[in-house]
Amino acid sequence: MSEKIIYVDNAATTPTHGKVLEAMLPYFCENYGNPSSVYSLGRDNRQAVDHARGQVAKALNCLPQEVYFTAGGSESDNWAIKGTAHKLAAKGKKHLITTAIEHHAVLHSMAALEREGFEVTYLPVDENGLVSAASVEAAIRPDTALVSIMYANNEIGTIEPIAEIGAICRKKGVWFHTDAVQAVGAVPIDVQAQNIDMLSLSAHKLNGPKGIGAFYCRRGVLPTTLIDGGAQESGRRAGTENVPAIVGLGKAIELATSDIASKAAKLSAMRDYVIERIMKNVPEVKLNGHPTKRLPGNVNFSFKACEGESLLLFLDMKGICASSGSACTSGSLDPSHVLLAIGLPHEVAHGSLRISFGVQNTMEEAAQLCDILENVVEEVRRRSPLWHKNNNEINK
Amino acid sequence: MSTMYSAKVMDHFANPRNVGELADANGVGEVGNAKCGDIMKMYLKIENNVIEDVKFKTFGCGAAIATSSIATEMIKGKTIDEALQLTNKAVVEALDGLPPVKLHCSVLAEQAVKSALSDYYTRQGVDPTPIIGCMSDDCHACSCEGQHE
Repeated sequence: MSEKIIYVDNAATTPTHGKVLEAMLPYFCENYGNPSSVYSLGRDNRQAVDHARGQVAKALNCLPQEVYFTAGGSESDNWAIKGTAHKLAAKGKKHLITTAIEHHAVLHSMAALEREGFEVTYLPVDENGLVSAASVEAAIRPDTALVSIMYANNEIGTIEPIAEIGAICRKKGVWFHTDAVQAVGAVPIDVQAQNIDMLSLSAHKLNGPKGIGAFYCRRGVLPTTLIDGGAQESGRRAGTENVPAIVGLGKAIELATSDIASKAAKLSAMRDYVIERIMKNVPEVKLNGHPTKRLPGNVNFSFKACEGESLLLFLDMKGICASSGSACTSGSLDPSHVLLAIGLPHEVAHGSLRISFGVQNTMEEAAQLCDILENVVEEVRRRSPLWHKNNNEINK
Repeated sequence: MSTMYSAKVMDHFANPRNVGELADANGVGEVGNAKCGDIMKMYLKIENNVIEDVKFKTFGCGAAIATSSIATEMIKGKTIDEALQLTNKAVVEALDGLPPVKLHCSVLAEQAVKSALSDYYTRQGVDPTPIIGCMSDDCHACSCEGQHE
C-alpha cells in the first residue's frame, strides 16, 4: 500500500483551495446573517454575495446581474433547458438541439422534456468528439427553442467550437446554452464575444466547494424559474443564499481565471508527458478525444484487452485516483455514452481510463503515475483472454 | 483502503490463483462476451475423473477476476461430479459476499466451469447436455443480458 495519494480525477471533483476555505470560514459562525435581513449582520452578507457575483461576472465577461447562484452545474443545466422549453413552448417552439455526448444533467433534462412532448435532436460527433457547427445550423428549425452544447467534454476533454455555434444561434435567433462545467477556469471564456446566452458552471470543479454553482443568463433571455419561493436572486431562484459557498465560489473562480495561460501551460505539460510516454511504452493503446482541441488537464486512453474497473482497482492499490468509462464503473451495464458516441466498440470502451490533472498535481506525480500505469496495464493484460488473441492477430 | 469489495475479493483480485493457460488442457470453456465487459476462459486438465489442474484468464472487473480465481481453487483436485455441484451462491459465500450489481460475475464463474466440463465431455465423445444441461454461448443467465438490448 502506498502512503501517498496521487489524485488525478480532477474532472470528477477538486480539492478546495486553502485560500477559498479561508475566505469561506467567517461566514459560518461570525457572519451568519441572512442576506435578506435589514440589520447590518445581514447587509454585510448581502455585500459578500454581491462581491462574489461580481467575481463570477468578471470571469465570464458579463454583467453581475446576469449571474444567478444555484446548487451546482446540474441545477443550472436543468434551469436552462427546462426553463427555456417551458418559456418558449407558449410561442409554439417545442424543438431542442443538443449532442450525444452531453453530461447526464443535460441528456436527462432533454429526456424529461421528450416525455412531455418536446422534440429533441441529438447531434452526432466525429471520432474525436467534435460536433460540427454546420450540423447545428442545419438542425435549427423555425420551432427550435434552444441549442445546448457543452463547452468541453468531461470524459474525453474535447473542446467544442462554441464561438462558431454561438454566432450561428445568434444569427438564427435561437437561445444558446453551454454546459461549461469542465471549461471554466481551464480555458478563457467570454460570453459576449462567443454569443453565449446561458452558461452553467460549478465551483467544485475549480477548487471551490461542492453544492454551489452559477447560471449565467444574458439580459433579455428569460427561461421560466425552476425553484419558486422567496425573492432571492432577483426573484428568479428562491432560497436563502448559501453565503459561505457563494463566497467560496467567488474566490475560487477568481483564482482559477486570474492566470489561465500559466495554469493551462502547467496542466498541458503533464497531460502531454503522460500521453507521449504511455503511447510510446504501452502497445495497443488509443488516445480518446481530440489531439489538440482538448482540455489542458485531460487524458483519456483505451487499453486494448483491459477492463476499466480492474485498472482502477490496481491504481487505487497504488494510491492513484482516476476514473473509467467502463460499464462496471458507471453503475449501468453499458460503457460510457460518450465513448460509444465517438465510435468505440463496446470492448474498447470498457477498457478506458481517464486521468484528469489539477493545479495541485506535479510533474513528479505524472511520472510516478506512468511508472505505475505501465505495470498495471501489463498485469491486467496478463490475466486477459483477449490480450492473447490480440497478440496472435498482431503477430500474424 | 476501503473498497466496494470484501477483503477476500480484494485478495483474489490482487493475488489471483491459477492465472494462465494450460497447454495440455482437455476441457476448455469460455463464457461471457466483450460487449458485456466480462469474458472468462477456463482450462481444465482432467485425469481419471479428477480435475488435476486448472487455469483461467478473465477480462473483466474486480469481481470477475475474484470469482474466477476462487472458482479454480474450489474445483482443483475435485472430481467432475463435485465440480458440477459448484454454484454461483457458493462462490459468493466463499468471497464473503459481492455487491448486488456484481452477482452476475459469480454466475459467469459457475458457467465457466460448466462450459469447460462440457467441452471435456464433448472431446470424450460424450454428449454433455444430459449431464450438464444446455450451455449457452453468451451470458444468458447473466442478469444484465435481458436489459442490454
